[in-house]
Amino acid sequence: MNMHATIDFPAKGSAASRDGFGKALVELGGKDQDVWVLTADVSESTRTHWFAEKFPKRFVQVGVAEQNMAGVAAGIAACGKKAFVSAYGVFSPGRNWDQIRVSVCYNDVPVVFHGSHTGITVGPDGASHQALEDIAITRVIPNIVVLAPADVEEARKATIAAYEAGKPAYIRTCREKMPSFTTPETPFRIGEANAYREGTDAAVFACGPMVYESLLAAEKLNAEGISCAVVDCHTIKPIDKKAVVEWARKAGLIVTVEEHQVTGGMGSAVAEVVAEEYPIPVKRHGIYDQFCESGSALELIKKYKLDAEGIASVVKESMAMKKR
Amino acid sequence: MRITNNKQLRLIANTIREDVIKMLYEAKSGHSAGSIGLADIFTALYFNVLYHDPKNPLWADRDRLVLSNGHVCPVIYAALANAGYFPKEELLTLRKLGSRLQGHPHRGSLPGIENSSGPLGQGLSQAVGMAIVSKAERKRWRVYAVISDGEHGEGQTWEAVMLASKYKLGNLTAIMDRNNIQIDGFTEEVLPLEPLAEKYRAFGWHVIEVDGHNIHEIIDACEKSKAIYEKPTLIIAHTIPGKGIPFMEFLTEWHGKPPTQKEAEEALKLLGVERSVIEEEG
Repeated sequence: MNMHATIDFPAKGSAASRDGFGKALVELGGKDQDVWVLTADVSESTRTHWFAEKFPKRFVQVGVAEQNMAGVAAGIAACGKKAFVSAYGVFSPGRNWDQIRVSVCYNDVPVVFHGSHTGITVGPDGASHQALEDIAITRVIPNIVVLAPADVEEARKATIAAYEAGKPAYIRTCREKMPSFTTPETPFRIGEANAYREGTDAAVFACGPMVYESLLAAEKLNAEGISCAVVDCHTIKPIDKKAVVEWARKAGLIVTVEEHQVTGGMGSAVAEVVAEEYPIPVKRHGIYDQFCESGSALELIKKYKLDAEGIASVVKESMAMKKR
Repeated sequence: MRITNNKQLRLIANTIREDVIKMLYEAKSGHSAGSIGLADIFTALYFNVLYHDPKNPLWADRDRLVLSNGHVCPVIYAALANAGYFPKEELLTLRKLGSRLQGHPHRGSLPGIENSSGPLGQGLSQAVGMAIVSKAERKRWRVYAVISDGEHGEGQTWEAVMLASKYKLGNLTAIMDRNNIQIDGFTEEVLPLEPLAEKYRAFGWHVIEVDGHNIHEIIDACEKSKAIYEKPTLIIAHTIPGKGIPFMEFLTEWHGKPPTQKEAEEALKLLGVERSVIEEEG
């Protein structure tokens, strides 16, 4: 666990986390001739077109065929290459789970899946395009690492870390511009959660754009006399058990916040550790077993209580769990 | 090791059939018909067609063989052991606890296995990925994919067929085990696949049809496929499931079961007779 990781708070700018993935690919592609990138007809929106323009010979456009894409990537990686596969989260890992499981993870070849446009913040496209189950379906597969970076810079670092890990990985990013608050100096190590704020009454474990919203929520709570820690749980698998136990002990209440179904996601991963290692109350906040709807990102996070205000209210309500 | 002598090749295929029977009997589960029916194709591949080195399974310039329908793995295991990848005694550990010979192949467990497989329809995509790399890097190694007919029910197979054509993968040869059976019955009853050759041609592939039990025809077709530029080749190998063991031939019920002791003994007796016939033919 990285304590007091340095961040810009409040954020100095904004960008979409998918851009961080795209930038990292260009960086890696220039350094290593063995980096290959594949996409399924969504090169611009998943930001792989930047790599394609620079390294066209190592870019494979498979068309609208996510299952084939996973298999082709496995074949490329079996030749000693590092393959990066990019599509919307609903389609990959949504459409090609069996191929991820057997062609990639059972083969244990270095294929990194990038699911962009995840969460409700994809907005107007509606429920069919809002990936809210991707963490749950990937983290149960052996050999895979699952990452949900909080902003553009962390997405860049996560992509590079996945490359360095040299094993199957899934990285989820978002389409919308979000506050950029981590810095080049903010540490990023797979499996090590970053604590950005201390607290003694509750600890929020968040991932993706929910980290910044949780930081804002913690400010509000502080004004009301509730001391709330905020932890960026960017690695869902392997989950940082030490950090979970540490904050369970320090705060006595953990609230998890994610743009994902509460069943099977990051919150479940945290709750599994708490239940086995240091039982305390855990509130899993996110999407409660439902399909959402169209709307702007801001409207949606407000409606589903995933904005700062909503998160603050959930933390406050959850404080009652401590008294049971 | 490149064997051209027909008699020698037929004897190897006969040995592979014997090994498969022994393995399946010992394992008490597994897929008989497809494994036996592929003995001639795997003999052609491992003893003539492939550039490979059993003593150096990860040789960078080896030809790649991707087996897509992993349930026929007894035949690839027997071919690998006979080619010298690992000791033949190990064949009898098939499907047993602690064995490197998993019920469906696992890459990394056993030398010579290029890909994990089992769920149908996933092999051709991986072969396409390998062939794309070989072509992009101007390597000389080729990719061979053994695929089944039944797995053409999987949409992914056709996705891979299209991509191979797009990338003009002249270095890719797919060999389809056209044995006409799948678990629930005959392919043309379960989900009609014909006309397969026309379909592949329409998708931009070169198609060759061979008798999948004539080892020289298989070798010739593989050689011809090397001369086809800018197009992947499909070899439709017409095979008889269970070929060589008359009581298994053509019967869909033999798709997914092993022989009993009595059946195994009978099969080995028949293969013994076949061995002396081949030897006498000279």
